[in-house]
Amino acid sequence: MHATTVGEPLVRARGLTKTYGDFTAVRGIDVEVRPGEAFGFLGPNGAGKSSAMRMIGAVSPVSAGELRILGLDPASDGPAIRARLGVCPQEDSLDMEITVRENLTVYGRYFGLSRVECRERADELLDFVQLTDKAGDSVEDLSGGMKRRLTIARSLINRPELLLLDEPTTGLDPQARHLVWERLFRLKQQGVTLVLTTHYMDEAEQLCDRLVVMDNGVIVAEGSPLELIAAHSTREVTELRFGVGEHEAVASKVSDLAQRVEILPDRLLLYTDEGEAAAIAVHDRGLRPVAVLVRRSTLEDVFLRLTGRTLVD
Amino acid sequence: MELVVRQLDYWVTTYRRTWKGSVVSSFVMPLLFLSAMGIGLGGYVDDSSGPRVLAGVSYLAFIAPGLLATTAMQTAVLESSFAVFGKFKWNKVYSSMTATPLRVVDVLNGNLLYVGFRLATTCAVFLLVLAAFGVAGSVVGALGALLSAVLVGLACTTPVFGYSAWIKTDSSFAVLFRLGLIPMFLFSGAFFPVEQMPDTVEWLAYLTPVWHGVELCRDFTLGTASWWPGVGHVAYLLVWVVVGWLWARKTFERRLVGASS
Ligand SMILES: Nc1ncnc2c1ncn2[C@@H]1O[C@H](COP(=O)(O)OP(=O)(O)OP(=O)(O)O)[C@@H](O)[C@H]1O
Ligand SMILES: [Mg+2]
Repeated sequence: MHATTVGEPLVRARGLTKTYGDFTAVRGIDVEVRPGEAFGFLGPNGAGKSSAMRMIGAVSPVSAGELRILGLDPASDGPAIRARLGVCPQEDSLDMEITVRENLTVYGRYFGLSRVECRERADELLDFVQLTDKAGDSVEDLSGGMKRRLTIARSLINRPELLLLDEPTTGLDPQARHLVWERLFRLKQQGVTLVLTTHYMDEAEQLCDRLVVMDNGVIVAEGSPLELIAAHSTREVTELRFGVGEHEAVASKVSDLAQRVEILPDRLLLYTDEGEAAAIAVHDRGLRPVAVLVRRSTLEDVFLRLTGRTLVD
Repeated sequence: MELVVRQLDYWVTTYRRTWKGSVVSSFVMPLLFLSAMGIGLGGYVDDSSGPRVLAGVSYLAFIAPGLLATTAMQTAVLESSFAVFGKFKWNKVYSSMTATPLRVVDVLNGNLLYVGFRLATTCAVFLLVLAAFGVAGSVVGALGALLSAVLVGLACTTPVFGYSAWIKTDSSFAVLFRLGLIPMFLFSGAFFPVEQMPDTVEWLAYLTPVWHGVELCRDFTLGTASWWPGVGHVAYLLVWVVVGWLWARKTFERRLVGASS
């Protein structure tokens, strides 16, 4: 691996902007990714996550602002930067006409690796993503989760210093997601710096040391998952479910029981540090919700607080 | 250049999957065409007014180089239409390539080199079949015809690359095939001299790359090649190659990195 000065950010963006025609997808974001950390972009569909990732991947030109990746300028050093990155795009871009293993060996050649090295790396990586027994199969026969793992394996062929993962587990079933998370977690422990996008708050909580919450092309908050929850939400949340259409009316009767009340179409959220106490107080007022749930605050609550919307719709 | 060479293994891997079929069809197609049109139709043409119109050449010898040039065109279009479009749209092979040190122009040139290789092998096999029929001309003539066929193939390749990167849906290929490929196949002098046609059609034929390719190939196999108009044909075909390449580079860039600023 290449030596990078300790602490020097691997990605440094200032006022980073992406416009397509007269539409602005990324509106001047500031981001710093430090060596060894797992950094996330959390945001709903259309927030501008992929647009930001493609600029960081030194593929899509920066429209305005400043961007340095591994200390280099993507406008002039694109190939040199990409040589040291691993990229797992949002949509799988595997070659269906060649085998699982060939997808890796052929790809390694683009980075200038020798054939021998490509073969060794391919076998190592197939083992790492648990696809060794599929090596000779056609990619078409793989399940969604296997394709994703193969794409991740392919992005590691050049031993990247920085791994970019655009929605690594979107569309996978829970079991397949956990397998991917577990592999990414191992990479993180091996010291690989990860930058990932997601619209799943549990993914962000599981994997990210630090993240930014993005909405409509801007960053609305930044910090570790715990910091964000502490700063933008209460310790606990009491969820109350009443009949359809009753939530508005009930909200006014319980608003003094919590620091904040959110009305969603299907439930009422009471933000409070003492969830149980709030649930009991609701009961004492003679209100009888169909269901009550007391839980910890999550990034979902942070997002709701910051944007007034839920992450996954 | 080194970045283009890095794609060699990819193209070799892909070619290994298809080479048997493509070699067989490069033998079978000329055999079928030459037997049906050269011998079957040719026997009829040669008995009637053919020899007068065709300047004393047998119909078989007349259409053999025409078939060579149109085969180059068909191979070129086959390798640059769905094959290219699919790598943008269906399996995103190109965008996986540009996420590596390869640049868009390297990806384009790598693919073009592969098409060049396909053209060279297909046309070489075709010339072997022509030689078996005794209509490939002298050795030098046959080599000249091979180079000419590859050149006309490339003159069709680069613009179709541009087109394939430019269109949004694969149904747009129907327009290209019906308004470009089929008329060029029929009216570029491969099967009859274009002078036979009304003036407008004749002049349209002169504008197509394929007519120039047919003329070049024919002059080589019949041994009638001369500096003029030979150089003119080559220069005109090179213009198609270069202009097509510039357009393809532009549409590839736009497709793979977004609007170039
Ligand atoms: N090439 C493009 N041309 C025009 N508009 C684009 C292009 N790419 C993205 N957009 C628009 O930019 C906005 C942000 O898109 P982007 O893909 O960056 O969002 P995202 O956060 O990755 O969303 P998702 O969760 O759906 O992947 C969207 O409104 C999208 O329609
Ligand atoms: Mg996206």
